[in-house]
Amino acid sequence: MQDTRKIRVLIAKPGLDSHDRGAKVVARALRDAGMEVIYTGLRQTPEQIAETALQEDVDVVGLSILSGAHKTLFPRIMNLLKQKGLTDVMVFAGGIIPEEDAAEMKKLGIKEIFGPGTTTEAIIRYVLDNVPERA
Amino acid sequence: MNRTEEIISGVLAGDRRSIARAITIIENEPVDAHKIVAAIYPRTGKAHIIGFTGPGGAGKSTLIEKVVREYRRKGKTIGVVAVDPTSPFTGGAFLGDRIRMQELSTDEGVFIRSMASRNYPGGLAKATKDAAKILDAAGKDVVLVETVGAGQSEVEIIKVAQTVVLIHAPGLGDEIQAIKAGLMEIADIFVVNKADRENADKTAMDIQAILQLNNKEKAWRPPILKTIALSGEGVPQLVEKLEEHKRFLEGDTFHKRELLKATAESELAEAIKERTATSILNDLKKEGKFDELLQKILRKEIDPTSAAEKLLSEKLRKH
Repeated sequence: MQDTRKIRVLIAKPGLDSHDRGAKVVARALRDAGMEVIYTGLRQTPEQIAETALQEDVDVVGLSILSGAHKTLFPRIMNLLKQKGLTDVMVFAGGIIPEEDAAEMKKLGIKEIFGPGTTTEAIIRYVLDNVPERA
Repeated sequence: MNRTEEIISGVLAGDRRSIARAITIIENEPVDAHKIVAAIYPRTGKAHIIGFTGPGGAGKSTLIEKVVREYRRKGKTIGVVAVDPTSPFTGGAFLGDRIRMQELSTDEGVFIRSMASRNYPGGLAKATKDAAKILDAAGKDVVLVETVGAGQSEVEIIKVAQTVVLIHAPGLGDEIQAIKAGLMEIADIFVVNKADRENADKTAMDIQAILQLNNKEKAWRPPILKTIALSGEGVPQLVEKLEEHKRFLEGDTFHKRELLKATAESELAEAIKERTATSILNDLKKEGKFDELLQKILRKEIDPTSAAEKLLSEKLRKH
């Protein structure tokens, strides 16, 4: 039986907020869409997230944050990913990220921001359509 | 250098990104996987490969995290491969073993990889064995493999690990007696985790009773240890036992030689079977008889085993 390549996704919770129901809902939805999803658990530092993305050789990283600390944490995460050579990983974010910050986050390299009310179908569709080709 | 050659060099130099990419290739690209394994194989055999198996809820991941810390305290480098089940319906997997080990992510002496079983039987993934080889060749002193955790039929681990640890806990509803003979026979070390719970002693005694029923005289008598993974109690003793088993394996050169020979033979046989099966099957499918017999099966004129015999006897007679 041939192994077909699966999309590997890291769902990470940077910062100190303790609300992970959303992250888990997204993780399970992506699993049900046939992907292999690694979930980090709560309270991750940018270093932990970037190193995990490297060791797990993921195609996609989803950052879930509700504490408002995205403007501090996201630049650090994107920087570390770049430093580690993970430039072909697609990063998206969700949680509570105000519209006015979205443009700034996208400039850092975060491809899409999914606010509250986004359906899991939309996220699944987005990942399937935008997952980068493997080198 | 092409991509695969770069990755091979990287693995042998212990580069983490190369290790990660190599494991992905092992999981997905058979041709390059073969190239990688062929290149690193001569550099394998140094790491102590330890399997952790046992029912879900026994505390494997938590215990592994503490075991890794203890090994790190002793200056060893570690690789961890944690396997979780793939959904047979969706083909996806939720890989959550890492949650309990995340603090170790930034320790340069630790490499953790989560792996989906992809419906491979026996508690591991098909790629687990080669992933362990990669971590071995990359210079890790110890490689820990955590099985899926269905508990009862997870004997595949014996093909991958030199030391097998069976972790159980009181009150899981999974009676010791229910653990199928296979697993009880292959474990080198038994651990009763959550030993602060009621019935921990009873669980240990139940294991003892079953072990005593095995009349075989063994050179290594599996110890039964008690741990409380959450606090780390009992972990130094567990690691000492792991090291003791390693010395036992190294010291017992006759059995070690036999074991290595048996392992090599089983790996060779499996590789031959896989290649011959695929190639013969493909040949048979191209010849008309395959579809003909398929139709006969559907019409219940012949059973599948007899059909296979027909196809093979004709083919083998031609050789």
